[in-house]
Amino acid sequence: MAAYLVRRISYGAVTVLGVLFLLFVLFFAVTNPDDIARKAVGERARPEVYVQWKKNHGYDKPLFLNREYAASNAKRYTDTLLFEHYRSMLTFDFGRSDADDTPIADRLLKGAGPSLSLTVPLFILDVVVAVAVGLFVAFFRETLIDRTVLVLCIFTMSVATLLYIIAGQYLIGMLLKWFPISGYSGDSSVIWRFLALPVIVGVISGFGSDVRLYRTIFIEEMGRDYVRTARAKGAGDARVMVAHVLRNALIPIITNVVIAIPFLFTGSLLLESFFGIPGLGAMTVEAIQGNDFATLRTMVYLGALLFILGQILTDVSYAIADPRVRLS
Amino acid sequence: MILVQNLLVLTIVAGIAWVAYAASRDRYWRESAREMWRRRPVALVVVAIYLVIGLLDSVAWVGGTVAEDPTAAYLPRSVIDRIFKPEALKEASYSAPLADKAFYGSDALKHPGKHWLGTDILGRDVLYRTFKGVRVALLVGGLTSLVAIPLALLFGVSAGYFGKRVDDAVFFTMTVLSSVPSLLLLIALIMVLGKGAVQVCIALGVTGWVHFCRISRGEALKLREMDYVASARVLGVSDGKIIVRHILPNMAHLVIITFALSFTGMVLTETTLSYLGIGLDGSWGQMIDQARNELSRTPIIWWNIAAAATALFALVLAVNLIADGLRDVIDPRTRRERT
Amino acid sequence: MTSAAKADAPLLEVANLTISFPGDVGLVPVVEGIGFSIARGETLAIVGESGSGKSLSALALMRLVPRPGRIAPESRVRFEGEDILGLPVPAMRAVRGAKIAMIFQEPMTSLNPVVTVGAQVVEAITLHESLSRQEARARALEMFKLVGIPDADKRLDVYPHQLSGGLKQRVMIAMALAMRPKLLLADEPTTALDATIRAQILAVIRDVAARTGTAVLIITHDFGVVNEVADRVAVMYAGQIVEEGTRHEMLRHPKHPYTQGLLRSIPRPEARGGKLEEIKGVVPRPGQWPKGCRFHTRCAFAYDRCVAEAPRRTAVTATQGVWCHFAEEGRSP
Ligand SMILES: Nc1ncnc2c1ncn2[C@@H]1O[C@H](COP(=O)(O)OP(=O)(O)OP(=O)(O)O)[C@@H](O)[C@H]1O
Ligand SMILES: [Mg+2]
Repeated sequence: MAAYLVRRISYGAVTVLGVLFLLFVLFFAVTNPDDIARKAVGERARPEVYVQWKKNHGYDKPLFLNREYAASNAKRYTDTLLFEHYRSMLTFDFGRSDADDTPIADRLLKGAGPSLSLTVPLFILDVVVAVAVGLFVAFFRETLIDRTVLVLCIFTMSVATLLYIIAGQYLIGMLLKWFPISGYSGDSSVIWRFLALPVIVGVISGFGSDVRLYRTIFIEEMGRDYVRTARAKGAGDARVMVAHVLRNALIPIITNVVIAIPFLFTGSLLLESFFGIPGLGAMTVEAIQGNDFATLRTMVYLGALLFILGQILTDVSYAIADPRVRLS
Repeated sequence: MILVQNLLVLTIVAGIAWVAYAASRDRYWRESAREMWRRRPVALVVVAIYLVIGLLDSVAWVGGTVAEDPTAAYLPRSVIDRIFKPEALKEASYSAPLADKAFYGSDALKHPGKHWLGTDILGRDVLYRTFKGVRVALLVGGLTSLVAIPLALLFGVSAGYFGKRVDDAVFFTMTVLSSVPSLLLLIALIMVLGKGAVQVCIALGVTGWVHFCRISRGEALKLREMDYVASARVLGVSDGKIIVRHILPNMAHLVIITFALSFTGMVLTETTLSYLGIGLDGSWGQMIDQARNELSRTPIIWWNIAAAATALFALVLAVNLIADGLRDVIDPRTRRERT
Repeated sequence: MTSAAKADAPLLEVANLTISFPGDVGLVPVVEGIGFSIARGETLAIVGESGSGKSLSALALMRLVPRPGRIAPESRVRFEGEDILGLPVPAMRAVRGAKIAMIFQEPMTSLNPVVTVGAQVVEAITLHESLSRQEARARALEMFKLVGIPDADKRLDVYPHQLSGGLKQRVMIAMALAMRPKLLLADEPTTALDATIRAQILAVIRDVAARTGTAVLIITHDFGVVNEVADRVAVMYAGQIVEEGTRHEMLRHPKHPYTQGLLRSIPRPEARGGKLEEIKGVVPRPGQWPKGCRFHTRCAFAYDRCVAEAPRRTAVTATQGVWCHFAEEGRSP
């Protein structure tokens, strides 16, 4: 188990290095730092401003090899964009935004809270609803109930998230006026009023595919021999479904749930920016619209880092949940 | 440019026709097609209609005079353009569906009763714009998948079949690419490559590629261990032949189902991109994005968003329903009886 | 029914049991109108080739026929004088595991992989009796010892994958017999096991059942098993019983050509590696059963009456009966 963990983590670390290389290629080799600078200071800025901006944001170095230093000097390799990119990302020293010069780390810390306040309830509700409905329709498989829910799932899966948001804002926010259309408050007593609508919209838009996924998992478990054994022992439907089927299905469910946890931090791009929640998702949207490459780069890196972390967590929790893996 | 485009369309149509012909000679596929037609006739008809519209909008040529706008005579115009004559059909601003007067004020329309779905803020006919969106959607979903899937198949199958170094390299690339949350990767790619139709399609292809590569690698790994593949290898059949004869045909069902699912995934993702301002010009996503604030006008302007949303929903739903039907009809378990 | 009459009546009486699955054109029967009975403490073996409907018949006694299978309304199953098929669901649950228990062919997959085997036996007990965990565990331990699991107290806390196939099957038996059921249904309990383990498991079933006074319905396609454990034997073919009788009668004086063929096809030590006189062909699939005697397509002695007319039961002795035109006409095939 320990050896497995070490192997798993080192593979994760190598993957992080790979991701950083991908980001380097995308953000420094494919996009020219000159373009970024020109977009940031404006086409008609004086050359000094332009050079100074590049220097301030660390875009002034050569890509791989700094020929200003002698061949024997290590700085020939370290004083480059590639090395700086790896160094800053690995030490979480993200620098300043390309758009407004604010430190990115500050904004990350400020945005994480609002993001979590939306994603955590959304995530929990989503999993609970989808697992419950999935278990329910799996029990009634091949009946009218099952078929109706399945068709409903396909219908809900065919609507774009954008439309769910617009429809939610229009119906619930504007016509029924149950909740405010958008906004946010740090005050925990009123915050739920702002979060209710995005949470509802989020759950509905993810409903179809999640229910289908869990239904498939449950039906597969229900066909196994040990379920028949449990019935032959005299266990009732509820006990069979919960104590046996759900318990075994927990292993694939955990895999699906744990892997999503890291994304709770990065938030939801659409929901946050539509509902005015000042989280990391909204920040990413701003970065896209403001050509803020430094922030975007950081967000992509963090997303990947959290994903890799999530996968390691998944594998570990998988090992804990399944005695066949745990005890080998 | 027009020539290239028309040739491309011709190639694609010929390719699809050839695949359809090849499949029709195989009893299994013929029966599967018949079964699909029995199960999902409406969805198939809907998709066929979209395909025809998309095709009509893809064949373009220069020429013909348009009395209202002489410059238009020198632009390439597709069959759809020629039917609608959009330059001629323009109004000053909003018009409700089938209205006689402008929506705001009481000016008479230039073409009263001609706008079945009304016009948008710039006076453009909504039905025409919706029709133009068909081709964009097919491009986003279909063409992208059509390019991404063979590539993914190439890498996935060779990784799964040859194993060792090839597999390590492909697997690592896949791990790195799939570590980046797909929407973020997509956005990063488009931001870096620049906005535009080709760039968006490339970005969608790169992100969609990984998922399919993983599936085909797994399947190839499984098939490699099958008895008939092992015996073919013992008999000294070349790897290329084994892949073409035994591995690829047994992955056909996977390819088809994944194609359908990635199609809908990409079309839906495009709407998100449109909202972020990096979508494709003329897509339904853009129509929706432009129209979303019109819902708060009084009186409400609903036809823009309704038209785009309905067109999008109908296409995605039809393809989803077909994918769902395909899962039952060409399930590997029913297939096994044949091989 | 008075208690005296109840004690006299057989433990289990099955009559006219028909099980069908929906097919392309309506319901397709896979078991059709079979009947048999089992006395208290008796062991009945049901023998037949794959697909003849043995497992479904056993599952029907517990009302566990998998969906969308259906037990026809005219079927009768009486257990201790009670109509099993008419019981309300909670009462049926009280029967399962407590009065009728079942073990299956695949010990590898029949146990829940994420629960310790001890907990699974405890569940079988606490579902029917409100015992404390300790008491139930003590009972489970006792059962583990009874079925001959070495290191029983340690083995209670292991997961199924840590046990060998033979031990898993012993756990299944311990679980099945934990509530001292009146009837044990054993569906090919040794088929998936190594030849060396087979005899041990059969001995466990025979001995433990004898000690607890449990009647056994054992399903097999192996006359070796029949010889080891059975008091009486019923042979099934294509959803019907074709011959029944005591072990001695069936092994020494089989009357049905199918029984005779099965007996001849037992691999003998001197002919290792191949079956001697196999019956040609395969069991026709449900829905494709021939008219007349269902065996006539594979019977070496079939004549025109076999093709035209289904045979009725002919009593050979007080205990042996056969469904064959030859026996009906008093001839031997
Ligand atoms: N779930 C099901 N759906 C449809 N048909 C079924 C199902 N289960 C069993 N059958 C049909 O019922 C017939 C009898 O099945 P059963 O399992 O009782 O056979 P068996 O005699 O136990 O054979 P084996 O020796 O292989 O266990 C089979 O031929 C099969 O076609
Ligand atoms: Mg069976």
